[in-house]
This record gives sequence, C-alpha cells and structure tokens, in this order.
Amino acid sequence: MTRDEIYDRVKTVLIEALSVDDEEVTPDAVIRDDLGAESIDFLDIQFRLEKEFGIKIPKGEMMPEDLAAAGEFVRDGKLTQAGIDELKKRMPHADFKDLHAGSDLEEMSKLFTVDAIVNYVERKLQEAR
Amino acid sequence: MRWIWIDRFESFESGKSAVAIKAVTAAEEHLHDLYPGFPVFPHSLIVEGMAQTAGILVGEAKGFREKVILAKIGKADFHRLVRPGEILRYHAAAGTINDAGASITGRVTSGEAEVADISLMFSHIDQNMAGIAFPEHNFVFTDQFMELLANFRKDVDVRL
Repeated sequence: MTRDEIYDRVKTVLIEALSVDDEEVTPDAVIRDDLGAESIDFLDIQFRLEKEFGIKIPKGEMMPEDLAAAGEFVRDGKLTQAGIDELKKRMPHADFKDLHAGSDLEEMSKLFTVDAIVNYVERKLQEAR
Repeated sequence: MRWIWIDRFESFESGKSAVAIKAVTAAEEHLHDLYPGFPVFPHSLIVEGMAQTAGILVGEAKGFREKVILAKIGKADFHRLVRPGEILRYHAAAGTINDAGASITGRVTSGEAEVADISLMFSHIDQNMAGIAFPEHNFVFTDQFMELLANFRKDVDVRL
C-alpha cells in the first residue's frame, strides 16, 4: 500500500470518527486541537484504524498515556528533557518541531497529527510484512 | 423507578451479538408527549434501548467486572416513526471489545421494517485515560439489568 493510499484511508477514518469535513483533514492538522477530538474519540479512531488496516494497536503505542506518572519526565506540568527524549523514543512517528523541554504537558497533544497517524500506520504495515 | 427500555433478550452470543425486544404500548405516558393525538415512541428512547442491549453485551463479555458507560453515539439514523403496538428488535453486533472500551454496530427493526441504524462507543471508565477514580461498586449493572440476562438464560416456561 502506498503512502497516498494510507493517507486517503486514514482521512476517511477521521472524517467518519470525528464528523469533520473533507477539507479540515490536512497532513498537519492536530487531532485534538484542529479536529476537535475528545478522549473517547481516540479509542474510536484506534478501533477504526485496526479494522481498516488489519493491525493491532497496543495501548499507548500510538499516543503515550502514562508519561506524567513518572516524575523525571514531567516537572511542574512541564516536559523535561528526559521527557522529550522518552517521547521521541516512543513516538518515532511524530514531528517534534513544536515541542521542547519546558513545553507544557498539555502541548503533547500537538504531536498527534494526521501525518503522525499515517507514519504510524505505514510503520505498522511494514513491520507486518 | 425502573429505567429499563428493553423487555427481554431474544438471543445472546457472548462477546459477539445480542437481540433484545421492546413492545411499545399506548399505556406508556411518554408516547403522548411529542405530538398530541399522534402517539409515537421517542427516538431518544430507541437510542437508550440500543444502549442497554449493547451495554449488557459489552458488560457480559468482561464478566460484568467493568463499569460500562455509553461514551459516544457515532451514528443514529432513523428511517421511520414507531407507533403503539409495534415490537422493536434491537440487534447489537460487537465491533471491538478491549480493555479500554467497545464499539457496537446496531440496527433496530420492527417486523420487516428498518427503524434505525445506531452505532455506539462504550468506555470502561475504570480504565479511562484521565485516571479519575470512580466508586468501587458497579453502579452500572444493577439488579434490574442482571434480571434481564438471568431470565433469558433460565428459559422459563410459564404455562400454568
């Protein structure tokens, strides 16, 4: 499957899961901030991606959930350098241009873009081959 | 108050599918509220009936250990109105059920007629990402709900 085909199918998944318009789904659109996803929507997107691509998405693999639980990664609500390093390790599919040590933990959601999902799915499909 | 919007299960396959029925009767007050002189069964209660059918399907799959909460109505398309005397069938089919929650595809029929297509997402709230704590006892699956499944499984012959 080509990257363009993956992109088109991810786009359809997002349109159906989030009831957004075709033109709202762009490669750098942030799933939470730009497409309005709430917490249950992430589970919905996960289920739909699993079905669409025949892949299994383990908890926290596409988007880490438990980062704040470890003190070294987050201090006073802000990501530490260790936190950034850990995120880069866990999310090789994400673009870190807007996130650095000192960013609010809340801003972590900016990593989860349409492109990040496409990258993630692309890697999963390669691994499955 | 009994907040039960299905009358009984007609079939139940653990973790896969369930069919429940609801007999709609003019004795129910709420049928007369929407259009005076033209009783209809409210669509909101059709969604609730599907949520109860699907919620029990999801809960049973994990031995009723999880608190199963309706978290999202992905789709609710209605094709016709439902009048007194009709018998609704809620057909719930499990998409995915995992530790975090479940997705269900539902169809509602009345005889041969298609009434609605309803897709739902459920959350197992103790596993929610926000880490919020909820009461320990399972407040979702009360005795009222458990009776429905118990009666289906007893398959009681009530001839006198």
